[in-house]
Amino acid sequence: MSLRVEDLTVYYQTLRGDVRALESATFSLADGEIMGLAGESGCGKSTLSNSLIRLAPPMKHIKGRVILDDQELPIADLHAMNEYRFTEISVVPQYAMNAMNPTRKIGKMAEELLRSRGIDARKALPELERRLDLVELDHDVLKMYPIEMSGGMKQRMVMVLSTLMDPSLLLADEITSALDVSTQKAVAKMLVGFRDREIVKSIVVITHDMSILYQIADGIMIMYAGQLAEKASTETIIHSPRHPYTKLLITSLPKVGVKHDEVRLKGIPGNPPLLLDPPTGCRFRERCPLAFEPCMDVPPFVEIEPNHFVACWKEGGANA
Amino acid sequence: MKRYFGRKLLIYVITFFLAVTIDWLIPRLMPGDPIQNMLARAALNANAAERMYTYYTHAFQLDLPVWQQYLSFWNALLHGDLGISTYLFPTPVVDIIKAAVPFDIFLLLPAILLSWWAGNKFGAYAARTKRLDNTVLPIAYLLTATPYMWLGILLAWVFGIILGWLPIAGAYSYTMGTDLSWAFVGSVLKHWILPFLSLFLVGFGGWAIGMRNMIIYELEADYSHYLEALGAPRKLIRKYAFRNAILPQLSGLALQLGVIVAGALVTEVVFSYPGIGYLILSAIQNQDYFLVQGCFLFIIIGVLLANFLIDIAFVIVDPRTRKGMVGE
Repeated sequence: MSLRVEDLTVYYQTLRGDVRALESATFSLADGEIMGLAGESGCGKSTLSNSLIRLAPPMKHIKGRVILDDQELPIADLHAMNEYRFTEISVVPQYAMNAMNPTRKIGKMAEELLRSRGIDARKALPELERRLDLVELDHDVLKMYPIEMSGGMKQRMVMVLSTLMDPSLLLADEITSALDVSTQKAVAKMLVGFRDREIVKSIVVITHDMSILYQIADGIMIMYAGQLAEKASTETIIHSPRHPYTKLLITSLPKVGVKHDEVRLKGIPGNPPLLLDPPTGCRFRERCPLAFEPCMDVPPFVEIEPNHFVACWKEGGANA
Repeated sequence: MKRYFGRKLLIYVITFFLAVTIDWLIPRLMPGDPIQNMLARAALNANAAERMYTYYTHAFQLDLPVWQQYLSFWNALLHGDLGISTYLFPTPVVDIIKAAVPFDIFLLLPAILLSWWAGNKFGAYAARTKRLDNTVLPIAYLLTATPYMWLGILLAWVFGIILGWLPIAGAYSYTMGTDLSWAFVGSVLKHWILPFLSLFLVGFGGWAIGMRNMIIYELEADYSHYLEALGAPRKLIRKYAFRNAILPQLSGLALQLGVIVAGALVTEVVFSYPGIGYLILSAIQNQDYFLVQGCFLFIIIGVLLANFLIDIAFVIVDPRTRKGMVGE
């Protein structure tokens, strides 16, 4: 078991009160697993990812533990986490396009990052160049400034930089969102390559793009309004989802072979709730076609089949 | 690279031409008459005054049509001749300015450079120290909002009049010759402290505030957050932020260095410091076309030169400018 998250709850502190962005998340990640984390904007995907690596104000750790490779991470302690960042857990941030210092050559930046961990950059150079090959970047990029690179190049460069210390877990936050479709696929494949070559042990891919997950993820976890909705293997999520939100989400995706000027693409009526003062119980209740009496209580996230977790009273919850 | 500087140079040449033309024009738009002004200081009878007036008007070529005056002005300028001052007749303008410029450089260069250096260091430090940010920074705001002359008068009053520690007028003691002796050097330094301090303090406040805000902005930039997410040491993050925050400060410095020969008019007036600023005031009061022209010419050259130097400096420190050079 690479990563275990237990009952993790993180709120944003604002002047108008706490925004309950992540509520009692419990899940685990197998060694070598690439897990997709999907859901609509504001559902808490990035909050979950950020709290694993840098839980900084206005985020506030309410409760819960994170265990990575049998070590508990001090996620609530900004300073103590430094020891684990980059070496054990690393991130390709959402803003990868702007993640590099505009006035530093990339090689220089890599050198300074490595030196901050006590590694001689000259000795690490062959490995660095090998990884540039892996993401199909020319070795000359090390002599370039970020402005001299295209968006896709920057994205790949940040992937290399973030994984220089061979972290156990890599968080890839919306890494394909700003890229065109062909580049998306290439970048996604490279991510798989990093796992296959055991540069990183496991990866969490955060995205709202289900098609990318279908291509690369071993499992998918669906979030809704700060709560975990469903987690299962990719096949199961795509072909036999059990949570009503997942079902609606999947049917709202366009399918190959269906002409959508003939068959109107379905959406999910309504909007997600505001997390400043979320409804009690299941947060999908208001939009759920199946909602009934028990939904006034929060449904537990239970394993209804091996490796298939659902938080819904109609499903696992009824049997539990 | 060559093209970039070629284009820049062309712009500077055009700017120089236009600025000098305006410089020539402006004094001539002043009401009054420089020759009359000059003769008024000499007690002459009416008859003699009239003849002198005609003579000098001709000598200074002020009886020629305006376009001819303009052309002969350029002609003289290109031969390095700035004319003769009417106010300090018959000293050539070049000599007057030559005598004043060292005082400006001596006063302003340390004031500008030190306030820039100290202000930036302090601002960057204040940006990450909450207590300092809350206590000393308001003082910086107060300092930078203070008019130079008011601070100058205040300093002169406290240190010169009440405490009597420092002299408040001139660049050295009036009773002293200008021969290079230890007593003279001491006197020059003593006279220098108060004008320097008034310029330094105001500049310091401005730079500190600018730097503090820039650093806070840079520390919130994506690249800073990325370094934090990778657990990079604070020192490295601050180093990157400082390097990027200093860029706009650098162009600000260029502008200040450019007007160095202009002196600091009000400060020099308050402390009767014999720099160009003081000279400009006298020249304008006495309608001395040639001296005004000469002073402003030095300012124009100074500003353009400083800007050009900073253009070069930017190419070295900011790779983004280099990209623009090969773009076209």
